[in-house]
Amino acid sequence: MIHSLFLINSSGDIFLEKHWKSVVSRSVCDYFFEAQERATEPENVPPVIPTPHHYLISVLRHRIYFVAVIQSEVPPLFVIEFLHRVVDTFQDYFGVCTEAAIKDNVVVVYELLEEMLDNGFPLATESNILKELIKPPTILRTMVNTITGSTNVGEQLPTGQLSVVPWRRTGVKYTNNEAYFDVVEEIDAIIDKSGSTITAEIQGVIDACVKLTGMPDLTLSFMNPRLLDDVSFHPCVRFKRWEAERILSFIPPDGNFRLLSYHVSSQNLVAIPVYVKHNISFREGSSQGRFDLTLGPKQTMGKSVEAVLVSSQLPRGVLTANLNPSQGTYTFDPVTKMLTWDVGKINPQKLPSLKGTMSLQAGASKPDENPSINIQLKIQQMAISGLKVNRLDMYGEKYKPFKGIKYMTKAGKFQVRT
Amino acid sequence: MSTIALYNDQGGAEAAMEAGQENSSSTGGAAFGLFSSDFKKNEDLKEMLESNKESLKLEAMKRVVGLISKGKNASELFPAVVKNVASKNIELKKLVYVYLVRYAEEQQDLALLSISTFQRALKDPNQFIRGSALRVLSSIRVPIIVPIMMLAIKEAAADLSPYVRKTSAHAIQKLYSLDPEQKEQLIEVIEKLLKDKSTLVAGSVVMAFEEVCPDRIDLIHKNYRKLCNLLVDVEEWGQVVIISMLTRYARTQFTSPWKEGATFDENNDKAFYDSDSEDKRDTTEAKPYTMDPDHRLLLRNTKPLLQSRNTAVVMCVAQLYWHLAPMQEVNIITKSLVRLLRSHREVQYIVLQNIATMSIQRKGIFEPYMKSFYVRSTDATHIKTLKLEILTNLANEANISTILREFQTYVKSQDKAFAAATIQAIGRCATNITDVTDTCLSGLVLLLSNRDETVVAESVVVIKKLLQTQPTQHSEIIKHMAKLFDNITVSMARASILWLMGEYCDRVPKIAPDVLRKMAKTFTAEEDIVKLQTVNLAAKLYLTNSKQTKLLTQYILNLGKYDQSYDIRDRTRFIRQLIVPNEKSGALNKYARRILLAPKPAPVLESSFKDRDRFQLGTLSHSLNTKAAGYQELSDWPAVAPDQSVRNVEVIEPVQEWAPSVGKTKKSGKPKSADKFYSDDEEEKKEEGSESSKDSSSSSSSSSSSSEESGSESEEESSEESEKTSSDSGKSSSGSEKSSSESESEPKKKKKTKKAPQKKSKPPAAFSDSDENGNGPVAQASSSSAESSSGSETDSEDSDPPATPQKKKKDVKSKPKAEVKSKVEVPLLDLVDFSPAPTNAPPSSVISSSLISDLEGLSLSNISSTMQVTTPSFGPVKTYELLHHMTGKGLSAKYHFPRQPCLYEPSMVAVQVILTNGSDHSLEEIHIGERSPAALNIHCFNTIERLEPEASVTVSMGIDFSDSTQAAHFQLCTKEDQFSVSIQPAVGELLMPSSMTEQDYSKEQGKLLGMNETSATITMATANTSRLAISKQVLSVCNVGEVPSSQNTVHRFAGRTVSSGALVLVCLELKESSTALLTINTEKSVMASMLLRDLKQPLVQA
Repeated sequence: MIHSLFLINSSGDIFLEKHWKSVVSRSVCDYFFEAQERATEPENVPPVIPTPHHYLISVLRHRIYFVAVIQSEVPPLFVIEFLHRVVDTFQDYFGVCTEAAIKDNVVVVYELLEEMLDNGFPLATESNILKELIKPPTILRTMVNTITGSTNVGEQLPTGQLSVVPWRRTGVKYTNNEAYFDVVEEIDAIIDKSGSTITAEIQGVIDACVKLTGMPDLTLSFMNPRLLDDVSFHPCVRFKRWEAERILSFIPPDGNFRLLSYHVSSQNLVAIPVYVKHNISFREGSSQGRFDLTLGPKQTMGKSVEAVLVSSQLPRGVLTANLNPSQGTYTFDPVTKMLTWDVGKINPQKLPSLKGTMSLQAGASKPDENPSINIQLKIQQMAISGLKVNRLDMYGEKYKPFKGIKYMTKAGKFQVRT
Repeated sequence: MSTIALYNDQGGAEAAMEAGQENSSSTGGAAFGLFSSDFKKNEDLKEMLESNKESLKLEAMKRVVGLISKGKNASELFPAVVKNVASKNIELKKLVYVYLVRYAEEQQDLALLSISTFQRALKDPNQFIRGSALRVLSSIRVPIIVPIMMLAIKEAAADLSPYVRKTSAHAIQKLYSLDPEQKEQLIEVIEKLLKDKSTLVAGSVVMAFEEVCPDRIDLIHKNYRKLCNLLVDVEEWGQVVIISMLTRYARTQFTSPWKEGATFDENNDKAFYDSDSEDKRDTTEAKPYTMDPDHRLLLRNTKPLLQSRNTAVVMCVAQLYWHLAPMQEVNIITKSLVRLLRSHREVQYIVLQNIATMSIQRKGIFEPYMKSFYVRSTDATHIKTLKLEILTNLANEANISTILREFQTYVKSQDKAFAAATIQAIGRCATNITDVTDTCLSGLVLLLSNRDETVVAESVVVIKKLLQTQPTQHSEIIKHMAKLFDNITVSMARASILWLMGEYCDRVPKIAPDVLRKMAKTFTAEEDIVKLQTVNLAAKLYLTNSKQTKLLTQYILNLGKYDQSYDIRDRTRFIRQLIVPNEKSGALNKYARRILLAPKPAPVLESSFKDRDRFQLGTLSHSLNTKAAGYQELSDWPAVAPDQSVRNVEVIEPVQEWAPSVGKTKKSGKPKSADKFYSDDEEEKKEEGSESSKDSSSSSSSSSSSSEESGSESEEESSEESEKTSSDSGKSSSGSEKSSSESESEPKKKKKTKKAPQKKSKPPAAFSDSDENGNGPVAQASSSSAESSSGSETDSEDSDPPATPQKKKKDVKSKPKAEVKSKVEVPLLDLVDFSPAPTNAPPSSVISSSLISDLEGLSLSNISSTMQVTTPSFGPVKTYELLHHMTGKGLSAKYHFPRQPCLYEPSMVAVQVILTNGSDHSLEEIHIGERSPAALNIHCFNTIERLEPEASVTVSMGIDFSDSTQAAHFQLCTKEDQFSVSIQPAVGELLMPSSMTEQDYSKEQGKLLGMNETSATITMATANTSRLAISKQVLSVCNVGEVPSSQNTVHRFAGRTVSSGALVLVCLELKESSTALLTINTEKSVMASMLLRDLKQPLVQA
């Protein structure tokens, strides 16, 4: 399946290669570079590129291209999903997935890639299993290893590999037993010029951090499970229980994992937490443009809107922006024409605004389109869909765990057209 | 210096640094620096690798891996590295493996040095080491070791550990790519591994199947249902592979569910939620199409996977539904596909491509989700274009206004490529939906005054196409375009306008000649495509309006005559001959008008995804729209379904054998050479399969798991009986094929006939007499039959001198075993003293109450108080071998399941182990050592201090199998030795009986419908139709309790799984003409299907 993997940084250098079958010359990447040149933006490189003898399937994350070389028919999503899993694993191991981190840990990276694929077919991709095979590098462990000569590599087959719960390792022990669940919802919306909602939907996830001793069996139930329209589960969740009773029953993996992601049905009206008053205009013949933006809270259910960040891709003709924020700071990148305004918290008494002028390139004609505005925000202690966890119970172990559930709402792809 | 830099680049940054120092210190020439740097660097690594210090070696290997990762050549270190292949340090060893796999191909001779290490490691007791040894061995692409690999694969395919078997499935593909000659042998291994029941193996072996022999669809038949049932538990990558394969399989085996169209909508919807049995009832309603239950099984078992977190799995299920499900069921996939659009950019790209193809054929299913395809300014261009494509496909009279409003926003996008694509999309909407054609057209005309050139150009092109489809009364637009002509510089747009002028020159009689005049002025400066259209325009005008344009035309034709491009010269020459009458031109001239001004068919604006449906969705080929290497065509539905009975699996494998070194089966008194090994099995299977439907020994020899050698007596009997029936035909035919076995088949037959009468009388006796732990009769039976069999085995050995080593081993084995059995006889009779609970007595109230409370805690359904876990009233005992005394250096062990609640923990299955000392000295300190998986919960027996020679002792232990038939592996230790043994429970042993009333039964059954129900229709043997016989057969297979039934034809049994307490309901409904419907309701669906298969066997068989 996957023949080889090349890692290419933003400046076009191949800084790591790994082959699972016979060696494929790195010159195969030339086709990739060609495609990269043709694409105007890094994101526009097509994910699947055919070459005379191979097919290149790539993903772009953290400004690194992960290019897999394929020789014959394989579902492209299979490769893409795997590559993303590789990135996730690196992130899990090194904290960040950057060129520097990968280069510093090249041996661990190689050991990981070796375990993750055998002959191009995924072998172990479950984080709990990998961590038993290859321990993540920590400063302490590196020191201990240099002194004692012990290694990062496990000698036994990971227990999960053979058990019915491959995602969990055995023999887990904690002095403090804790289980935390974060319900995070993101609002995807497009708001049109006049402020009416064109489309809005809620995508939610439940991320968990479970540090429990032994083999706990957890059940999580919701007050209003009917809200969840479409769900996808971590493999640990017992599907039939969900189908029958709308209860999440599972033996959790150890550590951090995503238990569930869900979609709240579009039938429900989605509350839009903020409104934007905007007046962006360019006058024909003048080299000046007006920029006027005011934000205000809309349906927030009494919670405050925090960490608001407004960004907008201004038209190419804009040279500079001379703006005055009532709060927070703004930056304008004259190269990428990206305007970012870090608003912070919205105070309903004193609405944040950003006003001023933009100067256009002399002689440039009026841009056709006003820039659209992307908004990021956070609302703590609330899931905008109204989803509520009813209770969390543990079976199978005797101790009393510490349980915590946190709600948060964020703006996902929240766009205002102007 | 420049050369140094050049070479240093190859040597890596480190080398560059060293070289730099080198050069600064010595003023030596470039050549010196060049060689020394490379040389020195490797010397340094070489020294480190050859040092005695582990840490230095490791450090060196890490640097070497660094070099490999950068793509630098490190092959000259091969000899130094390969020495460390046997290192004790596991990390060092792994890094050496990495190196070896990378360079072995280049250094084949040296690579051979490492082979022996791997061969040794293949025999390591640690499964992980065995697995990784096979992985590396098979990854070394050295043709010389092909035979070694082949052998290793065969052995590993029979390994005890599923992990090692998985590795062997991977190795099959590697070997195949190295040497395709081995295909036949590899197919045999694949066939064997396909029978494997471990979820770990399933994905890998199907992958190997796809790679090696995707056309051998016949290998799948028998495993089809198993694969369907295992699917949910297979790891996610395996799911993708299996689903793709099953899609192809289903297209060859089932008939199309699409024929009827809307007529059977409701019925089928219902059938979807109901069970197979429901389906079957539908058949009787004289419906023209009924879905094959196996087809339904596949659809049903893949459906939950739409909820997978793995996008590849979701996509794969989606394509399966698209290609296999009845039309009205396909829409369940849309929600999941739309969900995937939240994922990464690359995932979106692929999913959108597939949705684009689907939305052409079935726009209805995606229409409710139209808003999910609205474009955001932050999307990448190819995502935007795909979304646009889909929106266009979804457009219909009802939603077109919304879509067009959305398009208006897109047209203004700063991304001009996207804006251009939008214009094309508008054009398509305009042609497809006649209501809006005029609106679209006027909108596009407005765009003609856009400042952006590409937008204008695209509009012109689209308008041209639109006008062509509706050439009436659009002269205004043509005039408008003529006015814009001077401002448009994009050649495609200019050419389009010229063409329009020429085509509709009769509508704009004044303007067209003027345009031609302008063109004549700028002709030389135009692009080729514009020139061609100018010539065209000139010709058309000449024909319609020659008065005004004659001179202009001639001027243009003259310009064209001397043009640089031969295309234009040719065209000019052709046009001149065509339109200007002269003596040479002849007849063609008359037709010039008809040729040039012929009505032209309007272009069809259609999606670029129109013809993509010729490829299977979700494939690489679909994504690229060209056939990728290795693409397997999805065949059309067959008109008539092939025989569905090929998928019936009658072979039951209760007793299986894994140990790789141990010879195959006891029945194989005939010699088998190693390479005939598999083909042999196959043959036999064919012969015997037809004969008596199940020959447990042949099946167990080919797949199987437990360390069982001879097994219980009843087991042996059934196998031998069936063998007997088939032996005449089977044995002799196989015998004739192998000349060496001829001499041997004779005594074998004699033995059979000798035994026959004895055997036949036995089974009923054994069953009826045996009580709870009725070891007495069984033991007696076993002793007698064992004696006879031992006798005959000796016979056959004597009469068969040219036996292969393998066979000898077997014979040697079976002989002492027989002796042991006869010795065991006495202690077995005394067993009652050892057994922990009195026979048939109700379980102590303490246990059962705690058990019930525990079960209540685990299961969420309300358990009525009338339902209790009871002890079995009845149950024959099968004894399995745990440790053979040859392997155990005198210690032999057998075990059976006494079917009592375990004393130690309610979630454990009670197992009784009989230990016998067959050696001549006493064994001390017999206990249980390490176990695997480590999580395995075993309650061990107390250490046995001393076991005298010839003595035996029975001990009981408890094992928590967690409701899986996965074998429990542990070590049986004596003072000096330890032996790895394993206990694999038959699925029926993982249950405990539960008693309930008929009402409770049907109430519980009602809760376990749909996915939780598994059923099959069987043909009962006539001997089995009485209530007594049925309950006897059922109870012999599984540990359940009988539920009193008011109907005579319905037999009900209830039990609970030991670990989780999940309810298992078995129901046998007798129908006319000795058929019966066997239904199992439980939430453990894997268990249900295994149980179903296990139950089918004795009921069908007389």
